[in-house]
Amino acid sequence: MLELSILFPSVLNGLTTGAVYALIALGLTLIYGVLHIINFAHGALLMIALYGVYFLHQSLGLDPYASLPVMVPAMFALGYGLQRFVIGRASHGKDENILLVTLGLAIVMENLALYLWRSDTRTIETAYTFTTVGILGAMISIPKLAAFAGALAVCAVLLLLLAKTDLGRAIRAIAKERHGAKLVGIDVEHVFAMSFGIGLACLGAAACFLLPAYYVNPQVGNGFVLIAFTIVVLGGMGSFAGALAGGFIIGVVESVGGLWLGESLGQIGIFLIFIAVLLFRPQGLFGART
Amino acid sequence: MLEIRGLRGGYGQVEVLRGISMSIGAGEIVAVLGSNGAGKSTLNNTLCGIVPAFSGQVRFDGHDVTRSRYTDIVAAGLIQVPEGRRIFPNLTVLENLALGSYLRGRAKREQNIERVFAIFPRLGERVAQRAGTLSGGEQQMLAIGRGLMGEPRLLILDEPSLGLSPLLVEEVFDLIRRLNDEGLTILLVEQNVGQSLAIAGRAFVMENGAIVFTGTPGELLANSDLKRAYLGI
Ligand SMILES: Nc1ncnc2c1ncn2[C@@H]1O[C@H](COP(=O)(O)OP(=O)(O)O)[C@@H](O)[C@H]1O
Ligand SMILES: [Mg+2]
Repeated sequence: MLELSILFPSVLNGLTTGAVYALIALGLTLIYGVLHIINFAHGALLMIALYGVYFLHQSLGLDPYASLPVMVPAMFALGYGLQRFVIGRASHGKDENILLVTLGLAIVMENLALYLWRSDTRTIETAYTFTTVGILGAMISIPKLAAFAGALAVCAVLLLLLAKTDLGRAIRAIAKERHGAKLVGIDVEHVFAMSFGIGLACLGAAACFLLPAYYVNPQVGNGFVLIAFTIVVLGGMGSFAGALAGGFIIGVVESVGGLWLGESLGQIGIFLIFIAVLLFRPQGLFGART
Repeated sequence: MLEIRGLRGGYGQVEVLRGISMSIGAGEIVAVLGSNGAGKSTLNNTLCGIVPAFSGQVRFDGHDVTRSRYTDIVAAGLIQVPEGRRIFPNLTVLENLALGSYLRGRAKREQNIERVFAIFPRLGERVAQRAGTLSGGEQQMLAIGRGLMGEPRLLILDEPSLGLSPLLVEEVFDLIRRLNDEGLTILLVEQNVGQSLAIAGRAFVMENGAIVFTGTPGELLANSDLKRAYLGI
């Protein structure tokens, strides 16, 4: 049987990873909720953001956390432009087209990354990479702790924006009633692009929090997109609270599962949950039954 | 206030509006009648910039708005309460009203919300309720309230009495009259011929995307052929 002294650090570790998962899933669920599409490019865009943080560190010596004010607006702008001028235009308003466009974008970006940066796995080293602190007897690294706090803070800001601002209300309104939104003067194309931009801004932030304790290579996004997709399904498609809760659940399951079954099998738990949710609660934990 | 000349429009290649001409003066209630599929809602959505016009012209307050974006049309004060309400079901009553002033009337949002609650006390009792869980009548009140939040200069009401109980229908028509007394110009699209003609100053009858009658309610009611052919009364 597992002892508490092993279990607790593992849960803690899972929670820190889970916060970053939640941030990535929040972006995915936001885009899903508004545009009614799974953004298949989400993982590839996270990869781009990770390279962004990596090169800012390598060429300018910018600390990953100091990259936040660069990466968040840059990813937002990329998302806004992508939706407004590429995805929106190429899809002609058909949801199934958007799906193919994002899938195509993912393939292009991944191959471009392979071509430009090779398949090497890269990491960065900072002064604090291996620094740890103790929490109730469990040792946890500074980057993980920072990722936890940072991701939670960004999630909180995002949820507040969605709940309390006109933009947030417009985003939620468009998700269910586009015609009504136009009739109150909400610029639907603009809000679509804002949603996509905000979704990618989450990736920009996630990349800054991830890189100090993680790595980047052209395929790095794939694992994340599967996990993020599981979280979105688990939490309920388009549910923000669900993405948050789902992120933590998946993070802990992965971490504790790894303890039990070994690192490489830890993710099995995630997919068992995924299948169980689809079988027994297809609307997700927080999703409305329709 | 609103002038429509030879307006043609529709969906893709399909022409629905076949040359509509009409005008609405400031302070009027104008009724647009006609059977299902006549093109009334298409006309509304073309005026609002949601369905594209093929040709012809729409002038609002002297400005050509034929090809204006829907956002500019709302900003100008031409506001529609659509058929089927189209409220935001996942948002609360209060949030729905707030979004009514997303573009126009933002400065007086709080004040106008109070005004809507004074008109519809039932909405005031349900501020935090999700709009999708309101009854049909309450949803219609919310749709009208949301429209008023944009401080319309011309309000288009598309079948506001559809699906309401007789008592509520009475209430809605009373309200339309009252809003008009306060100076609001109203384009009222209805199937409820009797009550619409009772409050309208002028009426148009649409059939197959064209206007087949223009005149006062008295003239329309005196024309039994027209009534039988197009209005089924
Ligand atoms: N979104 C649409 N796409 C294609 N045709 C439409 C659409 N909406 C309405 N129509 C067609 O336009 C015609 C007029 O419809 P509508 O304007 O809704 O009439 P009314 O409001 O008078 O009942 C009908 O033949 C209808 O089938
Ligand atoms: Mg209609």
